[in-house]
Amino acid sequence: MGQRAFDEVRGQGATARPELHALERWIAETPPGELKRRQQSAEATFRQLGITFAVYGESDASERIIPFDIVPRVFLPGEWARLSEGLVQRVEAINAFLKDIYGPRRILAEGVLPADLIFGNPQFRPEIAGLRPPHDVWAHICGIDLVRTGPDDFFVLEDNARTPSGVSYMLENREAMLRLCPELFRNFRVAAVDSYPDRLLETMRSVAPHGRGVNPVCVVLTPGHYNSAYYEHSFLADSMGVELVEAADLVVDDDKVFMRTIGGLVQVDVIYRRVDDDFLDPLVFRPDSMLGVPGLIAAFAAGNVAILNAPGNGIADDKAIYSYMPEIVRFYSGGEAKLPNVETWRCREPEALRYTLDHLEQLVVKLVDGSGGYGMLVGPTASRAEIEAFRAALIAEPHRYIAQPTLALSTVPTLSDAGLAPRHVDFRPFVLTGANGVQVVPGGLTRVALKEGSLVVNSSQGGGTKDSFVLMDEPEPGQSQSQSQSAGGMSQSQGS
Amino acid sequence: MQMLSRTASSLYWLGRYVERADFIGRLVEATVRLDVLSPRPAGDAAWASALAVTDTDAAFAANGRTVGPQEVARFLTIDGCHPGSIVRCLDMARNNARAVRTALTREAWTAINRAWLIFDKRAGPAGPMATLNLVEAVQTEARGFEGAIHRMLRNQTTWFIRLGQAVERADNTARLLDVKYHLLLPAGERVGGVVDRDQWTTILQTVSAVTAYRWLYSEGLRPANVIDLLIARSELPRSLAASCEEAVDILNLLAKRTGLHGEADRMARMRQARMAKTKSGEVIASGLHEFLKAFIEENAQMHFAIGRQFKFG
Amino acid sequence: MRLAIDHRTTYRFSEPQRRLTQLLRLHPGDTSNQTVAGWHVHVDCDARMRHGRDGFGNHTTMLYVDGPVREIEIAVSGEVMTSDAGGVVRGGAEPLPPALFLRFTPLTTPDDAIRAFAEGVRGGTAIEQLHRLNVALFERATVKEMRLVPRRTAAQAFAADAVTPRGMAHIFVAAARVLGVPARYVSGYRSDGAHHSMPHGWAEAWVDDLGWIGFDATAGLSCDDHYVRVAAALDHAGAAPVAGSRLGEGTERMDVDVVARES
Repeated sequence: MGQRAFDEVRGQGATARPELHALERWIAETPPGELKRRQQSAEATFRQLGITFAVYGESDASERIIPFDIVPRVFLPGEWARLSEGLVQRVEAINAFLKDIYGPRRILAEGVLPADLIFGNPQFRPEIAGLRPPHDVWAHICGIDLVRTGPDDFFVLEDNARTPSGVSYMLENREAMLRLCPELFRNFRVAAVDSYPDRLLETMRSVAPHGRGVNPVCVVLTPGHYNSAYYEHSFLADSMGVELVEAADLVVDDDKVFMRTIGGLVQVDVIYRRVDDDFLDPLVFRPDSMLGVPGLIAAFAAGNVAILNAPGNGIADDKAIYSYMPEIVRFYSGGEAKLPNVETWRCREPEALRYTLDHLEQLVVKLVDGSGGYGMLVGPTASRAEIEAFRAALIAEPHRYIAQPTLALSTVPTLSDAGLAPRHVDFRPFVLTGANGVQVVPGGLTRVALKEGSLVVNSSQGGGTKDSFVLMDEPEPGQSQSQSQSAGGMSQSQGS
Repeated sequence: MQMLSRTASSLYWLGRYVERADFIGRLVEATVRLDVLSPRPAGDAAWASALAVTDTDAAFAANGRTVGPQEVARFLTIDGCHPGSIVRCLDMARNNARAVRTALTREAWTAINRAWLIFDKRAGPAGPMATLNLVEAVQTEARGFEGAIHRMLRNQTTWFIRLGQAVERADNTARLLDVKYHLLLPAGERVGGVVDRDQWTTILQTVSAVTAYRWLYSEGLRPANVIDLLIARSELPRSLAASCEEAVDILNLLAKRTGLHGEADRMARMRQARMAKTKSGEVIASGLHEFLKAFIEENAQMHFAIGRQFKFG
Repeated sequence: MRLAIDHRTTYRFSEPQRRLTQLLRLHPGDTSNQTVAGWHVHVDCDARMRHGRDGFGNHTTMLYVDGPVREIEIAVSGEVMTSDAGGVVRGGAEPLPPALFLRFTPLTTPDDAIRAFAEGVRGGTAIEQLHRLNVALFERATVKEMRLVPRRTAAQAFAADAVTPRGMAHIFVAAARVLGVPARYVSGYRSDGAHHSMPHGWAEAWVDDLGWIGFDATAGLSCDDHYVRVAAALDHAGAAPVAGSRLGEGTERMDVDVVARES
């Protein structure tokens, strides 16, 4: 870390940014013991609600919660407006890309992307080629992972266009904050996030196949209660008032999807699935798998069911594709990407490879097809031997690697054992795309690295979460508070 | 929107397994009292009959085990290797509860989970007292669950659980009576002859009816009365008559709420009408064993009819 | 050449099944050298059928059967006019580019033995290289129709004493991809007038300027007018005549009888 990280409350200075004086005052005036007490109370609630990570093969006693930090992270209205524009643009491009890549493939014909990047990529599903989801929406629910280095300097770290999780934390963290720190909501006009389930249901209903009436049947499909995100699945189904189904509850007949109820088969129009492509339909993917719904892809192909997110979306959020996102956004939107990527060197390109090899000590090098941190070099902390091993691997198979700088992630005051201290954060906002356009939910999941100096925010490695406040502009004169509450912060663009 | 078939099925099985675990617990408790704590120990025959009641005698013998208090108590409580032990019943109950976790109240789930946790990392009850403590702990949680169910919303969720309990209870009581009756009836001897007071008390303990018996019958402990109580007296919750009545009531509630009625309702109503006319004296005269055998079979048919009617599949 | 095909698949279940859902790829498409004159798929029980195409452009039929089912027979009969084009396939539905067919799949992942074998035939023109691969495979293996091992990989087939036509095609495909040549699995029929216990399978490889060319390593030759192509995909799993799923207990037994002859 050469440069000093941007602190979201103080900027690079010693005192709070003017808009955040109230937060600093709140922090200063609330005794650390009181903050600690409230934090523990929130965590106790989470444990009771069962917002836990199930650990396979162990009893309930070992189910864990993700630590919660009581100090919120705050976005100013202008910052959020600019960020939202970038998110809308990016998600529109992701949808346009998926429609194109499984359709006419204009982007390849025009040479914007190398064809082997798509066709050699296992995330491109030939089984899906030529299919069109209802209303041409592919990525209905996106979670875009961002890092920040300055007031308006956001970078996309990763797109999640398959089954992004974490939205239940956004909602439960807010619930906890409203209950435990009501005074903060008097000092700040915070955009509400509790309409998320309604927005999601509205999104689901908007993409129901044509001709299925005004009350399409929507369900949430979960792998089951052993899945670590089961709480979120059941939470979303409950708060939307729709059934939570497992694959065995669904049956396909005559290219239509039904769920088995005590009253017989009921046709299903929209499925928010939280299972991977591989386990959707054993007749098409993974024939060795006994899981899934036989015939589901046939029903999808026939246009009789909407699947959120569409199968095959992995090609849009793949690491190998990521580095081309600026080109992809430009190709479909006609303008420059408003949200930049983290600078990325594609080692398949000779100049990028040369740069990477010359700066291995400063870079993060990733396998494009690696997962879970496997095959990753963090230059600044790597040993000589590790760097040399990577050098050899890079020279042997440069096309398999990308390199990025190690970024100085922004920090936010966080309650630590020694009182409040700056800790690095990232951010996952959620973006919904329905038949009527794209909307950014005014909030998101802030993950915080609880260890001093750490940049690793993953919950499996000691990361925690915070509430994310999106502040609203002062109300227009004459406009009532409640009206602007419900509309505020929800930015929407028509058409897609 | 109708309830998912899987949800209904899980709730029903949750009811059956909780009831079964509770029953086995009471059976083990009564057997311990009969054999160990009684002034006239009944010996291994008591334990053999406990196996017969739970229909696990063959499974027990399969591994070459010989009947004895320790072995059978262990087998029926903590042995995870066969489906007839309390621990396995609670395991199944908890799995079903987990699958419908959001439909249950926190209280109901906690009771199941706590009952299950009793067995976590437990090696085995060493002696009769430890066994009694164990089954008592299970019964406490089962009662907690029962209470939680009654405090839940009166809707399909509750009714499917209670339907499972009613079907399971009918089966358990019939088996208990069938096995004990045989054991107690020495070859060639007529019912109503010599009474082994301890044995009959065991039966009453197993269905929690010792006090009820005293209330309903003034003439002391007589086999014909015990049989009457367990078969025909709907005042006793675990009698066959009460179980039959409850099945009809719950199916009615379900029909009203879901609009679904059919085969199971018809079977349940016919059975109840027959039970209302059943005189225990006539049953004894014409053959209790045949009566109970037919009842168990009919109850099993009810079980399948319920599965078909609500498409448990 | 006019070829008549008769292809019966029978499933027998030890217990009645409550529901069957099958994805059939049993309907050949027209190409420049293959014209379907008549084609019938008959199922011997009440079933709902829906026709479509998969991502590879193959004709598909979804078959939905309500139980109880103990047995089902799917009978395919038809006539196809073929002509010899030296194995070159033109005019078919080709929604995906050759570049896709370079990727390895679980069934076509080469092991060291297949890689070494492929390297042994490398060189010369693209077409020479493929013929060398085809003949080398033909000469080293004993082809045998036998009970298929489900999900047998190319590497397992390569190590076995005897290989089915499917196994041969998988090895060919894996080896061709090692050589950087796009290749795919084809299921279909070869007319020889004999009864077979499985449909035939072979490989197609891509040669720039020529297109897709069919190679049958069980004969050591490229395909001619004795062949009827039905479906093509990355491997057999994607081109299988029947991919099925059943809801019910018990075991199943599948019997296949295929005859393709000149008519």
